[in-house]
Amino acid sequence: METEELRKIANRVRRRDLQAVFEAGAGHIGGEMSVTDLLTALYFKTMSVDPQAPQDPARDRLVLSKGHTALALYVMLSERGFFPKGEISTFLKYGSRLNGHPNRVKVPGVETNTGPLGHGLPIGVGMAKAAKLDGAAWRTFVITGDGEMQEGSNWEAIMAAAQFGLDNLTLIIDHNRLQQGARLADTNDLAPLAPKLEAFGWAVEEIDGHDMDQICRALSAETVTAGKPKCIVAHTNKGQGISFMSDDVAWHHKVPNEAQYRQAMAELEEAAG
Amino acid sequence: MNKPFSDAKLHDCRDAFTAMLESLAVADDAIVAVCNDSVGSSKLGGFREKFPERLINVGIAEQNMVGVGAGLANGGKIPFVCAAAPFLTGRALEQIKADVAYSMTNVKLVGISSGMAYGELGPTHHSIEDFAWIRALPNVPVIAPADRIETAAAVKWAASYEGGCFLRLSRVGVPDILPEGHVFELGKAQVLRNGSDLTIVANGVLTHRAMTAAVMLEDRGISARVVNMACVRPIDEAAIESAAEETGAILTCEEHTTFGGLGSAVAEIVVETCPVPMKRLGVPGVFAHTASANVLLDDFGMSPAAIADSAADLVKRKR
Repeated sequence: METEELRKIANRVRRRDLQAVFEAGAGHIGGEMSVTDLLTALYFKTMSVDPQAPQDPARDRLVLSKGHTALALYVMLSERGFFPKGEISTFLKYGSRLNGHPNRVKVPGVETNTGPLGHGLPIGVGMAKAAKLDGAAWRTFVITGDGEMQEGSNWEAIMAAAQFGLDNLTLIIDHNRLQQGARLADTNDLAPLAPKLEAFGWAVEEIDGHDMDQICRALSAETVTAGKPKCIVAHTNKGQGISFMSDDVAWHHKVPNEAQYRQAMAELEEAAG
Repeated sequence: MNKPFSDAKLHDCRDAFTAMLESLAVADDAIVAVCNDSVGSSKLGGFREKFPERLINVGIAEQNMVGVGAGLANGGKIPFVCAAAPFLTGRALEQIKADVAYSMTNVKLVGISSGMAYGELGPTHHSIEDFAWIRALPNVPVIAPADRIETAAAVKWAASYEGGCFLRLSRVGVPDILPEGHVFELGKAQVLRNGSDLTIVANGVLTHRAMTAAVMLEDRGISARVVNMACVRPIDEAAIESAAEETGAILTCEEHTTFGGLGSAVAEIVVETCPVPMKRLGVPGVFAHTASANVLLDDFGMSPAAIADSAADLVKRKR
């Protein structure tokens, strides 16, 4: 798929996400806007998945470790055909299977139930190890937030992935520089991330996490270093695509009012062209 | 007085665990072992020799260990995640909750050297809260086998069961209790000895002590039923209800704090469906003093003689 088409899908996903947050009166819109381009490239370009056979053993796996941005994943999965698009309107509604954090038992396409931070990468290590044991070609992708890298369990997994030589594992850090309460730099500053991962034995690439060409290239199998797990440090903006949200810590899980919703939607529609 | 196990050979249940795991792994190459630098203490040396690629040692990193287990299960493997019980259940409890219980993954959690098996190493190394922690979670059966035979049977069952579970294995020697060829059934207790005056419910390293206590009680004219309750969840409600109706009193014994373990699980059934006098033996909500595993059990009132005394006192409370 051409990158121009991918950009259109990402824009459509952002608009649907914004509408769902507005209608539900809750969500994590900032981090959803920052991760949308990454998810779009994964589901519409890089990963081999079949919505008709979501449990196909040979499928590529994605673990959205920053599970609080589940809505972006839900919209993506529905766009990709894993369940009807209309179901997005049930997000957070009573009895809906689309709650605030993804559930693999209920939602087709979800690989593991995330929510508590620092869980996804260890699971990704196990997935990649399983593929290695079988000599299978499928790949494992894990997306974490940058604040999430403060969880020690990630570094346990980072050590193990290097030790096991898991070159079929790709970690994408959504590096939007903001965590729930404040900037990373003012909390527990992990930046720069790349040299830390390199020191742990990973192959690391830094990209603009909103540049679709860069994302697709970094995710392609050709850019893997044999014998090393790969980390993509994706420089992103929280609230990307919506001017008054972008790079503002207030929009971690704030809900737009009517006027803000209209402005945000107008901006996204204008970007859609 | 007849002491049933006085000449019995004692067995370390870990040996039965690894022997069964190795034999199952020959037949099913989906079976893998995951550990935290615990190849020796989990007795996985033989497994590593036979299946070097399938022994996944993540180093001293229990949270990652359980997550890796969940990922392996996602990839079609049947992981037996083995570690000292206190670190497996304590350090990785949230991973057990989210990645195994809530995600409903096929991860077999094996808590080695459970209870107070580490004796003098002290309370950091004791695992006397794990019944309570794990049985509070949906989807993860909690199982404490009483001897090497039940251990092997439970491991065989676990490998074929589609879903997570927690096997709690001691390293303290226990005699053979269950018959050779015993088949493990989830949530099914065994009446090891019939009796009419009260029922002693036990599991793990307490079952043979309860059996000895029952023999002592017989000498005192008290007829004690002994029920081996390996499954703390799901618990055998029918066995508890018939014990209450037919014997009128229930004494529980466990290598666990009395807050939330086997005794609590039995009491939940008793108070709701068949109220009878009860007494719960266990570690009474304290951190243990320095002593070996068996001495600690004695000190906390669970020598066979002390169990018999508690039983006799309980029988007096009937009616």
